[in-house]
Amino acid sequence: MDVTASMYAAQAIHGIAFGMVLFLIAAGLNVIFGMMGILNLAHGAFFMLAAYFCYSVVAMTGSFWAALLIAPVLTALVGVFVERFFIRKVQIMGAMGELILTLGVAMLILGGVKFFWGTENLPISVPPVLEGMVHIGALDYPIYRIFMIVLALVVLAIMTLLLYKTRLGKIVRAAVSDREMVNALGINVPLVFMFVFGIGVWMAGIGGVVIAPILTVFPGLADQVGMYAFIVVVTGGLGSLKGAFIVSIIFGLLSSFGIQFFSQLAPVLIVGFMAFVLAIKPHGLFGVKE
Amino acid sequence: MLLEVKDLNTFYGISHVLQGLSLQIGEGELVALLGRNGMGKSTTLKSIMGLVSPQSGTVVFAGKDITGWAPYKAARAGIGYVPEERRIFPELSVMDNLFLGIKGGRISENNDPHVWNYERIFRHFPMLKERANQKGKFLSGGEQQMLSIGRSLMGNPKLLLVDEPTEGLAPLMVQEVRNVLADINKAGVSILLVEHNLKVALSLASRVYLMGKAHIGFAGTVEELKCNDEARQKYLEV
Repeated sequence: MDVTASMYAAQAIHGIAFGMVLFLIAAGLNVIFGMMGILNLAHGAFFMLAAYFCYSVVAMTGSFWAALLIAPVLTALVGVFVERFFIRKVQIMGAMGELILTLGVAMLILGGVKFFWGTENLPISVPPVLEGMVHIGALDYPIYRIFMIVLALVVLAIMTLLLYKTRLGKIVRAAVSDREMVNALGINVPLVFMFVFGIGVWMAGIGGVVIAPILTVFPGLADQVGMYAFIVVVTGGLGSLKGAFIVSIIFGLLSSFGIQFFSQLAPVLIVGFMAFVLAIKPHGLFGVKE
Repeated sequence: MLLEVKDLNTFYGISHVLQGLSLQIGEGELVALLGRNGMGKSTTLKSIMGLVSPQSGTVVFAGKDITGWAPYKAARAGIGYVPEERRIFPELSVMDNLFLGIKGGRISENNDPHVWNYERIFRHFPMLKERANQKGKFLSGGEQQMLSIGRSLMGNPKLLLVDEPTEGLAPLMVQEVRNVLADINKAGVSILLVEHNLKVALSLASRVYLMGKAHIGFAGTVEELKCNDEARQKYLEV
């Protein structure tokens, strides 16, 4: 096998892995928006917070696996707290109240991580099992990237099962169209929504943990990756999981191959793609017209 | 009394849509709430259910003061709501629509004939059984009405608030719905019925309330209403 082919393969894997993480974050954002109608501007901050929790759990226990279990759950609990005691209070004010509030939460989290963890880059090492390359066919693939892809698919499968096979999922799908009627059937809708918010933040949390060993943990993480998640959601169509999935993968590939061929221009490719899609379809690829 | 509504005042913004409204429903009764459009009939049902919060007055259900409770709490206390627009869940199957009506998602295991379960619902609504796996949005208006009633029955309500169940249905279907309501009432569920079709309402109800603008104008038995031309003219005839 020649060098070029193996380089392409490696870039493709990198791109898909990055796309998968983007998808985890964007899917969380989409779940919250699609089901509760809340555009959670703190989503990127929650993602970053999970990366910091991951750092601390690894520092305390020495185990990345423990961090993968604990950090997203801790982050989700913070999210649930924010929903229960803050977002719920401003919901009568409509979207503007939620935007301002979640933006404030994002700033609080950013200030909080600088206060508790400082501003320097904190490294997290990949667990030994996931280090190195695996040899498949004639090509070498980095194990950790493959792990990222598999993990994202597992989370996606769990979400699909939750949404289509459980009572909670049915309640949520019914509440999307008519939350008042669901309430009138004896279902505590605010409690369900609190749980949904927690799940959305948990997904961002998984994204934060898996990306931590690659990018290191620093306070710019929320802006750098969180903003991509928003772009993914807008380009794919607000509330559409399918759109988020497709656009995430495209973005991942654009960014990895973009870096290969255009270097500094890679971020421009992504924004350009968004502009192109939105010029043709203002509601995103799979967005529904209001 | 199963339900006792006393001196209820409800506002939409600054418009005073219920002005000191009172009514009662006894155990096992089927009571009709009639009147022209825009008098506040639907708002009365919504105020009882907690979908709109009354400013003052009390709603006592089965001995509990439920005024201002969230709808899910009123539902858990034993009130079922069948709204005017039917409001079935379009993306869920008929089975799943019924499933969400079950409080807590579990049907009690004992074979108490008074407990509503899928089997009993399908006995009352055979057309739902045929369409059990179809999505709600593919049902006809009459089928949606049946599903909406069936869905709230799955929660084993003591009292059913039914808003305009025959509206927009073909004559044959109107008769079906009427019979179903009669059966349900016979099975022990009390019903407060808002209905435009006077023939249907009077053939079902034992007592009648007539609403004028934001208040009750007449209360009495069906026989009393039949003898009272003045009340009929004042509150019903267009």
